[in-house]
Order: sequence, then structure tokens, then C-alpha cells
Amino acid sequence: MTALTDDSIPVTARAMRDEMIVFAVMTALLVIVPFTGIYPYFVMQALCFALVACAFNLLVGYGGLLSFGHAMFLGTAGYCTAHALLVWRLPPELGILVGTAAAAALSVVTGFISIRRQGIYFAMITLALAQLMYFIYVQAPFTGGEDGIQGVPLGHLFGILDLRKSTTLYYVVLASFLAGFLLIYRTINSPFGEVLKSVRENEQRAISLGYKTDQYKLLAFILSGTLAGFAGALKVFVTQNASLSDVYWTMSGDIVLMTLVGGLGTVFGPVVGAFIIIGMQQYLSGFGEWVTVIQGVIFVACVLTFRRGIVGELAHHLKRSL
Amino acid sequence: MHALLGQLLIGLINGSFYALLSLGLAVIFGMLNIINFAHGALYMMGAFCAYFLLNLTGIGYWPALIIAPIVIGIFGMILERTMLKWLAGLDHLYGLLLTFGLALIIQGLFQNYFGSSGLPYNIPDELEGAVNLGFMYLPIYHAWVVAFSIVVCLSTWFLIERTRLGAYLRAATENPTLVRAFGINVPRMITLTYGLGVGLAALAGVLSAPINQVAPQMGANLIIVVFAVVVIGGMGSIMGSIVTGFGLGVIEGLTKYLYPEASNTAVFVLMVLVLLVKPTGLTGRTA
Amino acid sequence: MPDLQMTDAGAKSAASSATGGELLAVQNLEAWYGESHVLHGMTFNVKAGEVVTLLGRNGAGKTTTLKSIMGILGKRAGSIRFNGSEIIRAPADRIARLGIAFCPEERGIFASLDVRENLLLPPVVREGGLSLDQIFDLFPNLKERLKSQGTKLSGGEQQMLAIARILRTGANFLMLDEPTEGLAPVIIQQIGRTIARLKKEGFTILLVEQNFPFASTVADRYYVVEHGKIIDGFANSELQANMDKLHTYLGV
Repeated sequence: MTALTDDSIPVTARAMRDEMIVFAVMTALLVIVPFTGIYPYFVMQALCFALVACAFNLLVGYGGLLSFGHAMFLGTAGYCTAHALLVWRLPPELGILVGTAAAAALSVVTGFISIRRQGIYFAMITLALAQLMYFIYVQAPFTGGEDGIQGVPLGHLFGILDLRKSTTLYYVVLASFLAGFLLIYRTINSPFGEVLKSVRENEQRAISLGYKTDQYKLLAFILSGTLAGFAGALKVFVTQNASLSDVYWTMSGDIVLMTLVGGLGTVFGPVVGAFIIIGMQQYLSGFGEWVTVIQGVIFVACVLTFRRGIVGELAHHLKRSL
Repeated sequence: MHALLGQLLIGLINGSFYALLSLGLAVIFGMLNIINFAHGALYMMGAFCAYFLLNLTGIGYWPALIIAPIVIGIFGMILERTMLKWLAGLDHLYGLLLTFGLALIIQGLFQNYFGSSGLPYNIPDELEGAVNLGFMYLPIYHAWVVAFSIVVCLSTWFLIERTRLGAYLRAATENPTLVRAFGINVPRMITLTYGLGVGLAALAGVLSAPINQVAPQMGANLIIVVFAVVVIGGMGSIMGSIVTGFGLGVIEGLTKYLYPEASNTAVFVLMVLVLLVKPTGLTGRTA
Repeated sequence: MPDLQMTDAGAKSAASSATGGELLAVQNLEAWYGESHVLHGMTFNVKAGEVVTLLGRNGAGKTTTLKSIMGILGKRAGSIRFNGSEIIRAPADRIARLGIAFCPEERGIFASLDVRENLLLPPVVREGGLSLDQIFDLFPNLKERLKSQGTKLSGGEQQMLAIARILRTGANFLMLDEPTEGLAPVIIQQIGRTIARLKKEGFTILLVEQNFPFASTVADRYYVVEHGKIIDGFANSELQANMDKLHTYLGV
């Protein structure tokens, strides 16, 4: 069976240079957004999802584990951060920390449960666990149920940065996204990342070489869940609320779709995919359930004819690493 | 006591749907190596098919029990021929992604045309009413659903485990290449198997129409629970899927009686427990 | 009904004169396992009623050749003519219905079927197959084990089951991949007697064997395979004269 992403472009000095160039271009484009008249909250939301998608991609594109429950990290961090800001009146940096820590703790527990079974069940287990969290949050009083947590105060980051100013908030979100992105990039290209990739390619061989593959998979899962949580905590500042839709299975599906469209196992794919899907959702928001249908069509089309995703196809044609 | 028995009966009914759906999932997975996320949407289509048969053509419940599974089964076979067969040999997760997409398309389309509120479907006259057993009132339709589901499940088990046709299916699940080398048209078998699994889902949909309202999202929440059922029971054994399905329905019913707030999550919590204690699932066989 | 090339239903070994008595004619067969080019142009033939053995070291391409003929390998090129008709592009099930049967090296007994179901699984594709009674005549111990689960049988019994089930189908061209591998001498003798009996009944057999003392008891002709090509061939009568050459080829 072919692995989920089997375009192995070797990590060479040239590949790293290509990726650095694209990173520089991406950063430059994102830095000038507040001056272009594009609605910054849209870009901020896209950046949050881009980070979630990158975190998800770490797990699936490099680890070979398809999680259908990543919404639980997004949503859990969102609720905890929102609660910390609104009810406990914590400053922003601590609010983010609380949310991220909650997601991290959740990822440790759920990771431990999910890794136990062989591959195909992993997707179903993560989906079921996310649904479990959803039902818990439906009933838990602190989440506000159907209404969610509204009116989250933004405050001053580190006491100095006023997050109510959209430009300030934008650069905070951008910096956080870039930090998370670089962390993931560093992980992919580290010895840990190499082992992870070999586990994805051929787990039996990795085991026979002496690697405790379960540990690597679990670590990747925890890292992925924590970063997704970090993005979820950030998102609270952008939307000023936390709600059930962040924990619902359709959100997990959106995350999968973003990465699939952009390109599983590519560095920049999830970013591109996130912008496309968020953009599409904004553009089509008046069309009701057609968004669901269109997303379904994209899923089908990608799996049948466009498996490498946008960035993946580009990378394949240019024979570069992206 | 009435309340407990009432909940256990509802548990058995839910268990019937869990059994019928997880049976279909297991059969499809065995032959196609695909986890059919669209199963919930196809169950929903079965219910809608019964609704349309009644409201557009006047065809009632009893013929619908046969017509809907066939119609939706054929629809499933078309899906397999046109889309799923291209996934053979790929990582099985692509199957999950594709069928997830199909589920979104189907559910989205139905939601666009019918909104989110449920449509009514009446219990057929012959099955109306209840029987007074002394310790409880037994709604006849409820008893019918459970009894009929058991019959269908056992018949499917018999078909697969004890007949010549089932031998072909079991052999092709094990070694499709060799079965083809004996002269059997394995691709056609695969299509028919998918149709069988889908037919079972649609049948469950018809059975459920008079009980649950016919609504576009009725399959989505159900399929996630069925996934948990399948994780608990494994997909390696037909009888295992049936027993696990009914059993979990009963446990869920029991939970609803003892601790109602937890009833939505009972199956998931059980899944967590099983994974912690016996990772290979209750039947002990990996798929 | 499958489109039968042979009009003479009764005689298994009858072949049209146009093919010069050749039941199977392979020309320049090339084959690939994924990216790996395994057969580099095999050319050989098998005449009706013959037992032909492919000899060669491990990895030479003998099993690949059988699988290519059966149509269960992915990519093939060249020509394979069975009874005069080209089958290089045909799918495996059509090839089986033409009367070719394959008994793989790993035997392929289905674990989820009992012995009886295993035996009856391959459908009858032509007339002239053995009846169940005739099969039990050849393999008496199968009759006692009918209700056992397929893989609970011993190696020798599984081998007999694997051969028995293709005899029922009416296939007249049998391909056996290492039928004696890993079996006790007593069983090997029984298989040898079975093949000899089948040959008398008119079956044509293409055999892959490492055990050439065994092969020499049944084979009419040999081909030596190396690196996916035929490098030598001789009749059974010439076996002694070629012994030294064989030892070199096989590295024995």
C-alpha cells in the first residue's frame, strides 16, 4: 500500500534554501497585510487555522496518523482561555498559557488512549474521543452550552500591548503563528522528525531497527495537540468567544480538508489550504449548507485526482521541496 | 421498574441500529479495506427513501422495507464503481477521506432541501399500539424493530459463515488475488459486497423512520457512535459485531436509567475503558 | 458460459494442429514487480500432455513466470499464447476460465473456510474435471478432514488440498509452484505418484521445482531460468549428460 504521502524529496541544502525563500516571502506578505486594506480579522483567523493545520500535518503528513478529532484541542484551549480571561480575569499571556496547557494535558491522555490500537482504528478513536469531549462540553456549565462564552475581554499582552487595537493584535497573532510554524519546521527536520518519517514509511522496519515507535507517535501526537491548542487559545482573541462549533466533528473535518487541499506532508501546504478554506467559508457564508456540499466535493476531488494538494502538485512539478 | 425496562427496550432498539450498521461496516471493511464514513448518510437516505415512497408514490412501510435497501444499495454500488474502486491499493485512509467527503455531500444536499427539522413518518397501522405485559407496556413497533433486526443480523451471519456465497466472500476477503485466479469475478463481488453493506444501513434507516424523525443529520451522530462500537468489538468477526452492537445498546439504555446525563457519552467512555484494558478489542482479533 | 477455445470437450490434451501441439507458447515475456524488472524476455513452450519443469536458483524468476501466465502480476509485456489465443492482456479470471489453474508456493489455503469449502471454492470452468469421488480416490485423507478449518491441516495435507481443488475445475493446464517444498519424503512420493497419474489422464503440467531428483521422476523436459531469462533447456533423457552444467547453474 502506498503511504499517505509518498513523494520523498530528499532534504538537501537546496531544499532547505527553497523552503527558507518561501518562508521569507510568506512572512513578508503577511507583514504588510495591515497596510493593504484586507480585513485583518479574516487573516488572523486564517493564521490561527493555518497553525492548527500545520500541527495536524505534523501528525498525518510526517507521522502517518490521521486524527479526525483535532477540534477537541482547538475547542478545549478556546474554552479554557476564554474562561480564564472572562471569569478568572487573567492577563492575556496567562490565559493563552492556561488554554495551551489544557490542550497539552488533553493530548497526553487522548494520545495514550489512541496510540494503543493499530492504524486504521486511530482515526475512528480520535473522532469518538472528540465527540465525547463535545458531549461533555454541551453539558458542562462553564462552557455556556449552546451560547458559548461571549464577550471575552482582550486586555494588554505583557501589560503593554493593547490587544483591542486590531493592528497590535494582528502582529501578536502573526508572531505567534510564525513561532509555531518554525517550531514545527524545526521538528520535521530534526532527528526526531526523521525517525517519525521512517515510522510512517515502514513501521515494522523502524521497530526492527530498535525504535520504540509508539513513543515517537505519542510525542508527535502531544506536540500536535498542544500546538493546535495554542492556536485555539489565540483564536479566542480574534473572535472574542468560544463555542460548541469549535469542538464539533465538522471542525475536525475542516482541519483535515485544509491540509488535504494544501498538501499533506508539505511544509507550506496547510497554510495555503487554511487560507483557501477560511476564505471560501467567508465568501460562501450566505449559501447555507452549500458550503458543506462544496467541501465534500473538494474532499472527493482531492482524493481521486489531486492527492498531492496544491503545494504538493507545485512542488512535484518544480521538483523542489515546499 | 417500568422506567428501567423502558430504557432497556430503547437500548435494544438503538442496539439494533448499532448492530446493523457495524455489521455493514465490518463487511465493507473486510472486502474493500475502506472504513465507510458515508454509512451514516446512507442510513439517512434509507429513511428518506421510505419517506418519499410514502409521500410521493403512496408506497407504504412494508414494501419500503424491501425497496429502500435495494434502491440505496444500487446507489452505493454506483458509488463503488465510479469512485471507491480507484482507491484499491492506496493507503486505506484515503478511503476514509473519500467517504467522509461523500457523507458531507449527501448530508449537505439533504440539509439544503429539507432543513434541519425532522419529517414525520408514521408507524404502520399493523404495528400500532402496545401490549400490556403486566410489568410494562410493550410498544409493538419497538418489539418488531428488535425482533426483525435480530433476524436480519442472524441471516446475514448465516449467509456469510455458512453458505457457498459466503465462502466466496470470506475467501476474497482473505486473498482476493487467488480467488480471482480461480476464475471468480472479484471486482464484481466487491461491488456487490458494498451494496450489501449499504443495503443493511438503508434497512436500518427504514426501521428507524417511525421512531426517530426523518432528518438529514440523523446519520452523522449515529455513525460516530457506531465507530466507537466498531473500535470496541473489532471488525474481524460478524457475530462479534452483532453481539457488540446489541450489547452496547443495552448498556447505553442502562446508563440512561442510572445516570441520564451520561447516556450520550456511555459508548465513548466504554471505548476508552476497553482501549485501556484490552487494546485489541473485545473479540481479540485485529481487523 | 465462458468462451471456450477447445471444441473437443472430452480430451484434455487435444490441441489444434495450428499450434503444433503446443498448449502454451511464451515469447519474450517481460514482467515487473512495481519498479523492479524481474523477467527479461522468457521464451519457452509447453506441449499438450507434457510435464515441463522450470529449474533455477531462488529469485531467478520462476514463480514470477507462473504468476505472469496466470495474470496476477501487474505489468507484463511480450506474448503468451494459450491454445493459440493471446492472453498477455487478459485478467486473471478470464485466464482461469480458459482452463489454466495455479497452485501457489504458499498453497493459499483459506483460513476462514473449512476443508470442504476450500475444496469446492474454485468453480468448474470446463467439462472434464475430476469428480469429488475421483478426488477422494487420489487424496483419501482429505475425505476425513472435510470439516476441519483449512489451515489446521498439516503441510502435506494442505498441499494435497491445494492440488485437489484445482482438479475439480476442469482446467487442463496446471501450474504447480514448488509442490514438494518442506514436505516429508513419504508425502513427496505421494505427490509424485499423483502427478504421474494426472499426466496419464492427459493433464499438461508446468512445474517449478528446486528438488530436481523429484522433478526427474515426472518431468518430460526442463528449462533453466536465470535472471529472468531461459538460459538452457533439455529433455529428461538428456538429464544425466547435463548434470554438471545443472550443478553450476543451480550452485549446488
